[in-house]
Order: sequence, then structure tokens, then C-alpha cells
Amino acid sequence: MKNLKLLLKFMKGKKLLYLGSLLSIGVATVFTLLSPLVLRVGIDNIIGGKEFEAAPWVINIINRFGGREFFLESLWILAILLVILTGLRGLFLYFKGKWAAVAAESVAENIRDTLYDHLQHLPFSYHVKSETGDLIQRCTSDLETIRRFLAMQLVEVGRAIFMVAIIAYVLFSLNFKLALISMAVVPIVFSFAVIFFMKIKKAFKLSDEAEAEMSTVLQENLTGVRVVRAFTRQKHEVEKFDKKNLKHRDLTYRLIYLLAWYWGLSDLICMFQIGAVLVFGSYWAATGTITLGTLVVFTTYEGMLLWPVRQMGRILTDMGKMFVSLERIGEILAEEREELNEKGLKKEIKGKIEFEDVYFAYEGQEEVLKNISFDVEKGETLAILGSTGSGKSTLLYLLAGLYDYDQGKIKIDGHEITEYNKKYLRDQVGLVLQEPFLFARSMKENIGIAVEEADDAKIFEAARRAAIHDVILNFDEEYETFVGERGVSLSGGQKQRVAIARTLIKEPPILLFDDSLSAVDTETDAAIRQELKERNKNVTTIIISHRVTTLAEADKILVMEDGEIVQRGTHQELIKREGMYKRVWKIQNSLELEMKNEREVG
Amino acid sequence: MKEKLGDIMDNFKEESYDKRFDFELWKKLFSYIKVYKKELFWLAFVMVGVAGIDALFPMLNKYAVDNFVVPETVTGLQRFALIYGSLVLVQALNVGFFIALAGKIETGIAYDIRKIGFKRLQELSLSYYDSKAVGWLMARMTSDVRKLGETIAWGLVDLVWGFSMMLAIMGFMLYLNFKLALITLSVVPVLVILSLYFQNKILKAYRVVKKINSKITGSFNEGIMGARTSKTLVREEENLKEFQGLTSKMKRSSIRAAIFSALFLPLVLTLGSIGTALALWSGGSSVISGAITYGTLVAFLAYTVRFFEPVREMARVFAELQSAQASAERVLSMIETEPDIKDLKEIIKIYGDQFDSKKENWPELKGAISFEDVKFYYNEDEIILNNFNLDIKAGETIALVGETGSGKSTIANLACRFYEPKAGKVKIDGVDYRKRSQLWLQSNIGYVLQTPHLFSGSIKDNIAYADLEATFMDIKRAAKLVNADDFIQKLPDGYETVVGESGDSLSTGQKQLISFARAVLADPRIFVLDEATSSIDTEMEKIIQEAIERILKGRTNIIIAHRLSTIRSADRIICLKNGTIIEEGNHSQLLARKGYYYKLYTTQFKEDLKA
Repeated sequence: MKNLKLLLKFMKGKKLLYLGSLLSIGVATVFTLLSPLVLRVGIDNIIGGKEFEAAPWVINIINRFGGREFFLESLWILAILLVILTGLRGLFLYFKGKWAAVAAESVAENIRDTLYDHLQHLPFSYHVKSETGDLIQRCTSDLETIRRFLAMQLVEVGRAIFMVAIIAYVLFSLNFKLALISMAVVPIVFSFAVIFFMKIKKAFKLSDEAEAEMSTVLQENLTGVRVVRAFTRQKHEVEKFDKKNLKHRDLTYRLIYLLAWYWGLSDLICMFQIGAVLVFGSYWAATGTITLGTLVVFTTYEGMLLWPVRQMGRILTDMGKMFVSLERIGEILAEEREELNEKGLKKEIKGKIEFEDVYFAYEGQEEVLKNISFDVEKGETLAILGSTGSGKSTLLYLLAGLYDYDQGKIKIDGHEITEYNKKYLRDQVGLVLQEPFLFARSMKENIGIAVEEADDAKIFEAARRAAIHDVILNFDEEYETFVGERGVSLSGGQKQRVAIARTLIKEPPILLFDDSLSAVDTETDAAIRQELKERNKNVTTIIISHRVTTLAEADKILVMEDGEIVQRGTHQELIKREGMYKRVWKIQNSLELEMKNEREVG
Repeated sequence: MKEKLGDIMDNFKEESYDKRFDFELWKKLFSYIKVYKKELFWLAFVMVGVAGIDALFPMLNKYAVDNFVVPETVTGLQRFALIYGSLVLVQALNVGFFIALAGKIETGIAYDIRKIGFKRLQELSLSYYDSKAVGWLMARMTSDVRKLGETIAWGLVDLVWGFSMMLAIMGFMLYLNFKLALITLSVVPVLVILSLYFQNKILKAYRVVKKINSKITGSFNEGIMGARTSKTLVREEENLKEFQGLTSKMKRSSIRAAIFSALFLPLVLTLGSIGTALALWSGGSSVISGAITYGTLVAFLAYTVRFFEPVREMARVFAELQSAQASAERVLSMIETEPDIKDLKEIIKIYGDQFDSKKENWPELKGAISFEDVKFYYNEDEIILNNFNLDIKAGETIALVGETGSGKSTIANLACRFYEPKAGKVKIDGVDYRKRSQLWLQSNIGYVLQTPHLFSGSIKDNIAYADLEATFMDIKRAAKLVNADDFIQKLPDGYETVVGESGDSLSTGQKQLISFARAVLADPRIFVLDEATSSIDTEMEKIIQEAIERILKGRTNIIIAHRLSTIRSADRIICLKNGTIIEEGNHSQLLARKGYYYKLYTTQFKEDLKA
């Protein structure tokens, strides 16, 4: 029910098109069924010379033309009538096809846009957990299931209903007994189809799953080809794949085998039915109960009747699948969108940051930040050291408004960040993620992606500052070089630098680096930081890093462990105190010391 | 059926193809599926039967009309019913049989080609993998192969049925009344041309749709994977605008394609009705004049209606053959690629191949490696190594140092025989390695990559990949040796913890340790390590260093080194620049020389030389 509502919501504004489409198929069905009647008149009354049995006004018209003789001499009129009827039927079939397509494609477009928009506005936390493959499957193949049903099958249901209803009416009015025989099989075939397709669902699923398993083995083999070779496991891999390949073959064959039974059996029933109509019809025609024309109508209608009924089984299962797909899409849409506080502050941000007793826990988990308090003045640089899981990245996420803290206050320029318009806040707080995502576009577009109308000069400048300009110039197509699967693949450090460039170009008053220089070599790291220091005197910066050389240059340093600030101070202060900072400094520094010694000795 | 993720993500499907029927290609393809010759023959045979009976039914109608209805008698009706019933039974059996048979062929062909393809992929040299994206290979092995199976099995069904049906109908009509048949059949050529034209148009229109569809999939992918980044850049609205541009284009071209399909059927129907009308018109007069019977007229009318179905089916199959041909081309191009590196026939005879090794004939490997005048390039314009010479003694640890592109990885690849020198020799224990089998060498080499790759499965299985017969104790010992045991124990499921694609629960450092454990379990004579450059927190770094030290003991080691500690402990450091050795020696020797290494060292390359 909920799913149906959702569907109706998506169909909003397109219902008339569907109605038109349904009506068209109704009209087309009428025309379809008229043709055999014309033939019947032709055979029985005109060629066969039987009395016309029709409403008086019809006979009147016929007689005005000159009765049977006239038509007999100009059989072409009947022939043309037949063509016209078919033409009209075709016209309405065309309308049906076109309108259903327009409606279905509009709905598909609507769902796509809604999904995309919704996904983008789901909270950060959602995207941390989400499985890309699964989401994409929902956005594409589930949507396709719905689209296909709406475009092709929904109106087919209408056709089948019209067909059965009209045929039943005509047949029963022609001859009750024969009609009874003709229709007898309809409910049987229908139930058989429905039951069968319900039963076979599992076989479909098994085959699908087997294919997925096979693909997984294949994919892992291909991505891990070097590991396979390194351990010379080719034989093992071939056997592993063969097992899955074989399973997939057998389960798919089983599915087809079941289908073979279905089509064989339903063909048997249907053909027997047609045969029965022919035999009984011939009997009654021979004994004079019905006319030859009626027999022709019956045999023709029978063929027309059974196909849509048999299709119904399939359509109904597909409808089931469609509702499952709809539900899967509905699940995404049911996730709550992020509250963006659109009416919030949009005041110019200077850059003073204050944390006051901030606590935060990810949903349903233990606290990752406890009692966090610190200040950073405008233009200052704060550095954070901490091991994996100490909560340092979370701290930056909170500051960028990607998560809402549970307790305490975070202020920028004295205003709590919850007061700001969130998009505005994020625009002003330039956060560079540790593993940034680059878009499948050119280098130039990637760097200029976050600003409107980025001119080349600005882009080059930003690239230069992030120490990536020369790297880009070394590519064959320089700034036009495409990033991603079909273009150049960048190293982790290069990606990070592009990400820094695209943030720098925005010139935000606050910059946050979530260990985003980790894959950059030390020298370049130093160069970038030097550049930042000189050019961004007024920019407040928070840097997460493992490198003591980086940390040492900051105005203030925080050391975090298990969600708490365990040490704070300047480099000089911290190396004098026992603790994590000193430990890390020692490990890293011992190398340097040693080096110094060796240099002196050497 | 629902689309598979592999298909969805296949961005390579829509390469242009508009070629004529390529007979040679299909012949080649059939050489791979010869085993199904008998089944294919039977399938064709059954389909002729199906078409024959299908075409016979209107004749039975005619018989009934002419023998019972018109003469107004029911004698023989029982026999007629019996014959009709038996035909129905045969036909139903035929239908069941041909579906099952086609299914057997379809799944069998797909299975066989996948099997051949997979085996070939295991034999192909790594150079092949450098030139093909994983996605491309996946698409060949999944959707293209599926398409081939389907097209061959069901295409044959439709073609044989359609063709026989047409022939039979034409035959019956001509037999019934020659003149009337010619008149009615006059619409057929138009029907054929129209069908071919439209099916082609429809297929092309849908190809455009598919192309845009794969772009939309790409956008969704980017939108989801990049959602977090988009948030930090506040780019949601622009993204949506761009996406809407795509979807509205999609809508337009989908409607266009649908309109083509919507036009096709009505046109064909109308054309068909002209045939029927002609039959009624001239047939009707003939009945009156007594030239034909009632029954003949009825049968004619039935035939003209039935004619259109096979024509449409055949037009569709022809259109589909085109795209199946493209699939065939791509699949064949894959399975017919010869590996760059192949063992000689006489070598295989003694040593066995990748799939059937003859370990009993393998000599022991000691671990001395020497490069003699080796020349190597990936493409000819860019020579990586020229006249390269290097002797590595058994048990020696070599650290390769140099910038990206200096040839470090190439040397490692050549040592493993993942590539072979273009000129010169690589000798293992003094013998050119081409005189031994690949498997012999590679079984004795442990190779650990920069980015650890784990298979989906438990940690235990992943470590055991190195030695399928290893006991749990062996596995645990290996894990202990590389300091992995501690963290594995702490995981809730311990060694049974599932990792791999979805199990992203491990950190990079932890994955590295597992890949070390795997290498240790194999206990290779030669160990090649491509050190990771990614940053790991300082304490993990220490654990990894210790692990490496333990692994190196007692083997010949080649290390593409980034960690200072690893480099310092090497017996010999080789400094490379543009494929030549510019300095070599141990740490203190090199420092004393105050050359390249000294400079590198003093500008402090702790974590990363690569960037």
C-alpha cells in the first residue's frame, strides 16, 4: 500500500496520459475484434447469402446501398473496411505506445532526479555506511524494472481485461454453448500461469545469485591477478571458477527447464482448447446450430484470447518484482534528509574557532569525542596528532557541520555553528578529506569544480599553490587530461594535491586538512605548508598529521587519544613532557638524529 | 531478469559496430562450440517440426469447414478430433523439448566459453592486464558471453522456425490456390523490407538510449561515491543540474525509441491486413464463382494473419545478430590472444604447465639472480632498461632506490618473470629462466604488493591462499611471525573474520600484515617486496618494520624500498636513474661517497619517494 502511494506520487501529472493510453488500447481492442466480425459478415451474409441478423438501422443502411447484391459485386468495400479497421486499430495502438512511453519515461525521469537529489542531501553519516554497489543497483536496475513495467506491462493488463471482457460479450451473444466451451479454459490458464510464476520465483533468484557468485570470483581473480601469479594459484583459481561457472550453468538450465514445462503445458491446454472449439464448432455448424462465419469468429477470437491470458501470469510476477523494486527505492527515499538550516546565518566569517565541552557519539555507538575544549584565533594554525580512531577526523567533521554534536558548543566568530546556514558554513570551511574523491572530468574542471566561473589563471594559481601545476603540465593533455578510469590514474599524493587545489581556489577563511597531505612526500608537504603560511595569513587552519615536522610548525598542538585531548601546547612544550607526542617525536626524530650522526661520521 | 551489477557498470559495451555479417568470425566461434553440433542439429530439426505443425493448423480448419460444415455432416469428426488432439500433443511436446534443448545449448555454450576464457586469462601475461581494464574483461566474460549463448541458441530457434513457417505457409497457400496465393503474398516483400528497416532503426535508437543510460549510471556512481566530497564543496545543486540534463536527454531519446517501436507494429498490421483484404476480395469472388471452397478462403484468411509473425521475428534476429557479432568479436579477441610469455614445449614436457605441474622434476632453487645485458621496454619509444647488468647472490638482500620511472618495478617484474627481457638474459642459479618453467620460478618467489589484495573470505582462508594444505597451526605461526596474530585475535571472529570487498573493517596496515603472513606461509626462496607508500600511523609503522625484518631472514630479497629502515638494513642498495645503476653499495659505503644516495638521504626520504 505504501509502495502504491509512492508510485502514484511519482505518476503525478502523468495519470491522464496513462488513462489515454488505456483508453487507446481499449479502442484498439474493439477494432481488433471488429475485423473478424467483418469477415464473418463477408463470409456468411454476403458470400454465403444468409440473412443479415443485425439491428434494423444497420440493415436499413445495407439495403439503401443495394443489399447483398451490391456488396457481393463490390467486395472491395468490405476489403477496404477491413484495412481501415486495422489501420484505426494501428493508430490507437500507436497512441497507446506513445503515451505509455511518454508517461513511463517521465515517471522514470522523475524518480531518477528525485533519487539523485535525495542521495546528495542525505547526511554525511549515511554515505559513510552506504554500499555503493547496492545503491547503484537500486538507482538503476530497480528503476529499470519499474520503468519497464510502467511502459510496457501496465497497459497490457488493461488490454487483457478489455480483451477478455469484449470477447466474452461477443462470443456469448453469438452462441452461448460454444462461448462456454471457449471461455472454460481462461480461468485455468490464468491460475496456472499465476501459480507457476509464483513458484518459479525461487529458481530465478537462485540463477541470479549463482551468476553474482560467479562474477565475484571472476572479479577477484582479475583485480588480484598479481597475487594469483605470485602464489602460482592459476590451477586453484580455474577450479574455483569452474565450480561457480558450473553452478550457474546448472541453475540457469534448471530455470529454463521449468519454463519449458510451463510453455509446453500451457500450449497443450490452449491448443486443446482451440481444437475443442474447432471440433464442437464444426459439429454445431454442420448440424446447423451456428453459421460458418460464427465458427470463423470463434476460432479467431480463441487465438486472440489465450495469449494475453497466458501473459498475465508473467505480468503479475513482474508486478510483484516491480513492487519489490519500488520498496527498495522507497527505502532510500525514506531516509531522512539532512537538516540544512536554510534560514540560518550567512554572516561573513572571520575565523575564530571555539570548542566548549563538546561530546559526540556516532549513532548507537560509544562516544568518540569527550569533553573537547579549545580555541583557535583567527589566522592561527592548530595541529592535531592522534592514532587511528582517536576521534581527530570526527572533530573536523563536526566543525564543518557534517555531523551534529551531542553536547557542548562549537562556535565560529562567537556564533554557535548550529546558527549558521549549513551550506554557507561548509562553503566557508574548506575541509580537505584524507581520501578525496575526484570527478571523472578534466584536471581543469576538477580544480575549478567548486567555484562558479573559474578562469584559467585562477585555476593555474591554485594548482601552483598546491604543488600540482608542474605535475599536470607533464601529462600529455595538460589541464585537459581526463581523470579516472578512462583517463590518467593519479597517485594518492597527486589526488590529495588536486583536492587541496580545488579547496584553495575557494579562498575559504577556515581551512581543515584531514591528514590530507599524508600521501604527499615530505618535501612537497613542506612546500605546500610554506605557501599556505605566506599567502594565508588571515586563514585559520587546522591540520591533522602524523608528521612531527608538520606538527612542529603549528601555533598550537593537540594530542588526542580515545576521543579526549590528552596533551596540548607548542612543540617545544610537548617534547619536554612525557607522553605520546614525545614518543612519536622520538621515533621519527631518532632517524634524523642517526642521520645527523652518520653525516658527521661520514 | 534483473540487470547484474557487472552489466550496469560496464562502460565498454557501447563500442560502435556497424559491420556486415562476418562469416569467418562466426566460423571461428563455432569451432569453440563444436560439441553442441548434435544438439544444434536436433534443435533445428524440432523447430522445423514446430513450424510445420503451426502452419498445418489452418489447413485443419479448412478441412473441418470443407468436410463437415459445408456438406453439413459430422461423419469422421471423431477421427478428425483424434488427429487434431494428437497433433496438439506432439506440438506441446515439441515446444517443451525445444525450450529445454535451447536452454541446454545456451547455458552450455556460455559455460564453455567462460571456461576457455577464464583459463586463457590465467595464462595471459601481466602485460595483457596492463592494457585492459578489469571492467572491460568482466564485461567480456559476463554480458558478452551471455549474449552469445542466447543469440546462438534462441537465434537458431527463431530463424529456423520463422524460415520454415514462411516456407510452409507459402507452400500451403500456393498449393491451395496459386493465383490467390500470389495476390495475397504480394505484400510480403514490402513487409520484409519494412521489418528490416524498422528493426534496424529500433535497435539503433535503443543503442543511443543504452549509451545515455550508462552515463546516468556513471553519474549515480559519482554522485554516491563523491557524495561526501560534494558536501564539503557544497556542490549539490550544480550536480543535480548536470544530472537533470542527462535524465531529460534520456527521456527524449527513450521516447524516440519507443515511438519507433510503437509505429512498427501498426504499420506491419495494416500491411498484413491489406493481404487479408486482398484474399477476401478476390477470394470471396472466387468462392462465389466456385473456383475455391469456403474452407480455402478461411484458411487463406488465417494464413495471411499468421504470416507477419515469422517475418517480424526474423527481422529481429537479424538485427540482433549484428550486436551479437560485436560480442563475438570482443570475446574472440580475448580468448585468442596469445600470452607474451610462454614456456617452451620441451620445458612443459618436463616441468608441466600452470595447470598440471610436474613438481617431481623440478630442480631445487637456490636463489641467485643475475641480469645479463637486459633490455626492456613496455612500448618501443620508451626504453626502460638497456644493457642492464646485476648479480644478486643467493641470500642477499637488495634494496632498489630511485624515482618513479627509474625502473625499480620493472626489475622486480622481470625477476619474477611477469615480463621477459626483450634482449639479454635473466638467470636463476646460473641458468636462463626461459629454460625452466614459469611455475617453477614463481612457486619459489614470494611477491608482496604495495596495495594488499585480499580475497573475500575469512582471514584464515586468505593466509592459506599461499599453501592450500596448511594447517591452522601453520597459519597461526605465519601470522605470529609478522605480528598479525595480535590484532587478529582481538577481532570478534578472530581468524574467521570475513574480509574482502565488503569487509572493509581492516585498516591498510592490517591488510598489509595479512598479506605478509600469506607470503611467509609460502616460504619462498626469493622474496620481492614492493613497499607501500601510504601513510600509516607511527605505531603501526613500527610493527610493520619488525615484520619485514623477520620475513627477509634467510632468503634472497629484492625490495622496492621506501622505508629508511628497510633500506638501511639491506646488504646492497642499488640506486637507479633512468634504468641505469648510478650507485651501489651498503648504507655506510654509499653515505661515504656523498653522491646521489647521500643527497637523497639527507633531504630525508622517510616515507615517500614516489609522489
